[in-house]
Amino acid sequence: MLDTLKEHRGDVAPSLFPDRYITAFKWMLLARTVEEKLGSLWRAGKIAGGVYLGKGQEAISSAVGTMLKPGDLFGPLIRDQAGRLAFGEPIIDVFRAHFGSRTGPTLGRDGNVHRGRPREGYFPMISHLGALVSVVAGALIARRFKGDRTAIGATTIGDGGTSTGAFHEAINMAAVEKLPLVLVISNNRYAYSTPNTRQFACSDLVDRARGYGLEGYTMDGTDLAECLEVVGNAMERARSGHGPQMVVGHCLRLTGHAEHDDAFYMDKRLLESPVGRDCLKVAESYLCKQKWADETQIENWKKVAKRQVEESVAIAQREPQADPIEETWCPYATESVAEAHSIR
Amino acid sequence: MSITYLEAIREAQRRALRDDPRVYIYGQDIATFGGAFKATKNLAREFPGRVIDAPISEDAMVGSAIGAAIEGMRPIIEMQFADFSSVAINQIVNQAATLFWRTQVACPITIRLPSGGNPGSGPFHSQNLESLYAHFPGLVVMTPATVDDAYSMLLEAIAIDDPVIYCEHKYLYNRLKVDALTETGLPPHKARVARIGRDLTIVSYSAMVHESLSAAEQLKRENIEVEIVDLRTVKPLDIDTVLASVARTSRLLCVGESWPWGGVNAEVIASVATHGFHLLDAPPQRINSKDTPIPFSPNLWSAHKPSSRVIAAAARRLFDW
Repeated sequence: MLDTLKEHRGDVAPSLFPDRYITAFKWMLLARTVEEKLGSLWRAGKIAGGVYLGKGQEAISSAVGTMLKPGDLFGPLIRDQAGRLAFGEPIIDVFRAHFGSRTGPTLGRDGNVHRGRPREGYFPMISHLGALVSVVAGALIARRFKGDRTAIGATTIGDGGTSTGAFHEAINMAAVEKLPLVLVISNNRYAYSTPNTRQFACSDLVDRARGYGLEGYTMDGTDLAECLEVVGNAMERARSGHGPQMVVGHCLRLTGHAEHDDAFYMDKRLLESPVGRDCLKVAESYLCKQKWADETQIENWKKVAKRQVEESVAIAQREPQADPIEETWCPYATESVAEAHSIR
Repeated sequence: MSITYLEAIREAQRRALRDDPRVYIYGQDIATFGGAFKATKNLAREFPGRVIDAPISEDAMVGSAIGAAIEGMRPIIEMQFADFSSVAINQIVNQAATLFWRTQVACPITIRLPSGGNPGSGPFHSQNLESLYAHFPGLVVMTPATVDDAYSMLLEAIAIDDPVIYCEHKYLYNRLKVDALTETGLPPHKARVARIGRDLTIVSYSAMVHESLSAAEQLKRENIEVEIVDLRTVKPLDIDTVLASVARTSRLLCVGESWPWGGVNAEVIASVATHGFHLLDAPPQRINSKDTPIPFSPNLWSAHKPSSRVIAAAARRLFDW
């Protein structure tokens, strides 16, 4: 029942590389550049609230966003800047959301990672972990009602999020309904400050797949090539009617939980271990080794990414902040309800 | 041919399924079995694939409805008992209620809550949670008291673009019956004057409207004419209709079956005190269930919730001023 990576590896055409690899790498690079900028804006006091970065798991995230197809659904979580960009999020949305701009995807009513474009299949997370899994599952139920037999949905979560009741309920339901859902778990070793040993007792989170009746795979989350293969394969399995898929990527959070957190509690030996490799550096070496790009080309890509980010920040910083006078202060969509709500 | 409150709920769902291909129903034991209270009896046969049994996963049921609604569906979620909706409270109050505010994408879901007690139902099959859900911005909370409202308000709940908590009272399921449905013509968030009177206003909703009507009959024999306002929808609250009634009677008594602390009654009294203090000849009063979990023993249970006798006694005291 528990399918291993090797059993299905043959499903992914070799033609995937190098074009797909380079595309996915560029999203990783752009995400890292975006997030470095977010960090410095936060340190400069330009961003209210938290800044949550995905350093160390860009390979997993980028693989998810890159391997989804137009018309698919995506429910990302906090460390998914790479996947969001790959799925089609405009860079400026990131900065508008963090600045609380009136022009942002949530009009300044919500911020930072709580953003999306639900009409375009890009779902906005809430802070409660596991809560988005059933939402993506329900969207797939809707697609089934509408006769869409080709779309799949992907959603991501961390090791900590797998401990919630919402996570359990949702994947059990998705399995019962045999939905084309791909659940990608980044085991980055820490949920805020809590290590794996205080989070779960099974030897690998993928062991849970069997219990739910899912196909499960593990992958080295620091290796973009493996992430593209495994995630791509799981997506093909979901698309071809094999029901929900679970992918567990092993990596290390190379940052604190948020920018305020120096992660003093982290076991430094992990940084020296294979999961502690920086996936971006691994990917750069791989590109050079395969002769798909050289250092000059990678430097150029970095410059392009930096310029795109600087331009977006410059535009977003000039835009108006959310304004209490302009705000409708109405949470209702129905006109008659909104009217009744305002009479007080 | 007569129709009960429960049958009205079933007929509204049948009509919605028939008229709108976006509608489907998801809940525990609702397909072949027809639901714990038979609110979906035969609907699965009539609408194959659109009345779907769910695992015992209230959180995932509501979460999936939100996702389906984003994708253009109009899901109805049947909670087996209102009490179990607390398992889904995160999806309801954090995800569904905030979606439109956060994203300008509406969340047209209807969550049916079989509410209120029957003798012997105990602490976990008897709750009235309208005050809890009314607290959260973004939710519409309906509490129909009549067969006509059970029907028309459920259709309205499905039709509107916001998430609706539809509290249907189990005590009324088979006890309320009319010869035929009639159109009230009232918009769902407008309160209704259920009885006209000049001496005292009782504001109530759901099953307590009927206890209040019964109290009003007792008081009529003592020459006290009670006006009864049925709120119908508790969020948003139609305080105008309440204030207009208090302006006529100068006395206010609020009756609700949920717990007292911070509830619908408290909100009505706070609003009347704020906007209509000058209209009052006596301090506004409220009657709720006792502030304890709901007891199992029928003896305890019948003393736990407001009765017409207790309502009438409280009404009389309002004339001591």
